[in-house]
Amino acid sequence: MARTFTRNAWLWLLWFGLSALSTWALWLGMQLKEDAPPPPAGFLRTAFLPGQTSHGHHQIEMACSTCHGSEAFSAADVMQDACTQCHAAELKAADDSHPRSKFTDPRNAERAARLDAAHCVTCHVEHKPDITHAMGVTLPKDFCSICHDDIAEERPSHAGLGFDTCASSGCHNFHDNRALYEDFLTKHAGKPDLLETRTVPERDWKTVIEELYESYPIDRFPKQVLTQADAPAGKGSAQVHRDWLETGHAQAGVNCSGCHMVPPAKGEPPAWTDKPDHTVCSTCHKQEVKTFLEGKHGMRLAAGMTAMTPAQALIPMKSDAQQEGIGCATCHGAHRFDPVKAATAGCLACHADKHSKAFAASPHAALAKREAAGELPAGSGVTCATCHMPRLEHRTDDVRHMSVQHNQNDTLRPSEKMLRPVCMNCHSLQFSLDALADPALKDSNFKGKPSVHVSSIEWALKDAERAEAERRAARREGDE
Amino acid sequence: MKVIPVLALGSAVAFSASTASAQDATASWSYKDIADALHLIMESDRTVYTRLIVNRLQNEDKVIKASEHWKDDKALVLPAQMFRYGSEMVAEKGAAFTYSLLSEWPINKQNAAKTDVEKAGLAEVGKTGKPYYKEETLGGKKYFTAVYPDKAIAKACVSCHNDHKDTPRRDFKMGDVMGGVVLRLPMK
Ligand code: HEC
Repeated sequence: MARTFTRNAWLWLLWFGLSALSTWALWLGMQLKEDAPPPPAGFLRTAFLPGQTSHGHHQIEMACSTCHGSEAFSAADVMQDACTQCHAAELKAADDSHPRSKFTDPRNAERAARLDAAHCVTCHVEHKPDITHAMGVTLPKDFCSICHDDIAEERPSHAGLGFDTCASSGCHNFHDNRALYEDFLTKHAGKPDLLETRTVPERDWKTVIEELYESYPIDRFPKQVLTQADAPAGKGSAQVHRDWLETGHAQAGVNCSGCHMVPPAKGEPPAWTDKPDHTVCSTCHKQEVKTFLEGKHGMRLAAGMTAMTPAQALIPMKSDAQQEGIGCATCHGAHRFDPVKAATAGCLACHADKHSKAFAASPHAALAKREAAGELPAGSGVTCATCHMPRLEHRTDDVRHMSVQHNQNDTLRPSEKMLRPVCMNCHSLQFSLDALADPALKDSNFKGKPSVHVSSIEWALKDAERAEAERRAARREGDE
Repeated sequence: MKVIPVLALGSAVAFSASTASAQDATASWSYKDIADALHLIMESDRTVYTRLIVNRLQNEDKVIKASEHWKDDKALVLPAQMFRYGSEMVAEKGAAFTYSLLSEWPINKQNAAKTDVEKAGLAEVGKTGKPYYKEETLGGKKYFTAVYPDKAIAKACVSCHNDHKDTPRRDFKMGDVMGGVVLRLPMK
């Protein structure tokens, strides 16, 4: 009896000690922002990761505090703040069809009790790979029925449709319906697959520079055409100097020191840096760098981690793809900064999924070749960047220009986001809807015609007819 | 009528010694008074926007249209959107009270009455043209709910609604009650 007691006491003590130690280590692990904290914290953090995060967050999953905060771990409001920190602006820009205020309104209390959509994590639970499907949604796919189960009363055309098809058929999205609302569908009905003019908008670099004017460091870069590099002796080969001379940088008075002389830390005098990072580029290319940090290529940098490497990607990458962290120069190439190279070769240096590998043989690539050969007007070619980093209007209260959206995810998911800024520059809405809804066509990089048909435009036209008949009847009644 | 303690007590303590009249004035603000005051502002702003902006520029001078898709159509926002965007901004700022524009004949089905008080209130203001007040409990919380008639005060209201694709009613006339503003104050 006494012996058992002593052994049990020892075991209890051991159990208690180990628990305390691991709790402490876990706590320590969570506190650290760095993605590879020293052991034991780093090891325990990996061990305690409750399950792989989705493709949207896997790159930063080891920086727990980015989403969980550093104090009240997993408190609903802390997590909500973290979500909005990165995603609020894009939701606002998308005219979110289900804004938070809809669910905090007491008149919707009964609905909110069924689905608390005032919090992102109600529908997008992380660390649950087994139940995560498209768009990182973790609810059953028919979740629309929670509030819209009576839709057939309002829209007889919808009677009998499965609620798992609302968002998967090319008709609706939960947040972004800018290219899917009825009046948009009817307005763009009846156009040919290929529009008469087929070019994407030009970049508007001149306006960007003008808008930059107030903050542009003109004293450092007086506007003049440079012919001589001011690099210290021994820096940069003849090729590097030739490359630079051909760029807008040399034309606009941005010399070697413009990018290479950077203060090593805040307040310190500038010193030569061999590899300036994205913060240097953002001195003049603010919007480009900002959006780069918002996308898959820059999100680790944005979270204060080391840069993303192709090896960390979940989608197929070339096995010889470089292991170096991605920065501006990875795609643009230092000194030459060739936007044409960045727009296709930059991507294909790493990406090796079906869609990427099929690009070279696609009709879009053929157009890009013909544009490069001067056979087609500027903006007629379609590169990877045309669709995945499109030229978009950047608009604030006092700024309005076309610039390249460097967040490759902005038009990617859900794919209907690509309709307005990309596809519809050259194709009809119907053709674009069908093409985006056809997975085989995506794999072949849009070689051929869509084999899928999205009926939403026809339905919208039919509904418009119904409304017109009602209007006429009402007018007749009014006249009598 | 019950008195809102927040406003009343706060100001009462602050001004107790010096301004007795201010204390009396705030202390007598009932839920109904506060709801009426808030609604008066909303109704006036709504009338100004509809008459001076939408009706004048769209229906009289015909220089610009109002459209649900004002961003795409480069048009004026609808009076109902003007109202809703304001109410959403109020919600985003964390205000305790909420308000919305509803109707028994809604263009947007989400603007149909949902709670029992909304249903009774809309029916009542449609009949009497006068406000309707009731306490209700939603999501376990108690609210003072006021419903105010929303009337067709300009031709623009009538023509747009009667002509709209999704309207369930096409015979509105000037002066008709087209719906109601529902305003909720949380009760202590
Ligand atoms: C140019 C068109 C237009 C004008 C002018 C207009 N409305 Fe509306 N109204 C709408 C639309 C569209 C909605 C639905 C908005 C939404 O999506 O919530 C709406 C919503 C409403 C609602 C909420 C119920 C519903 O139908 O969804 C009421 C009540 C209402 N309007 C009354 C009025 C009154 C009163 C006026 C004049 C002061 C007016 N409207 C002017 C188009 C218009």
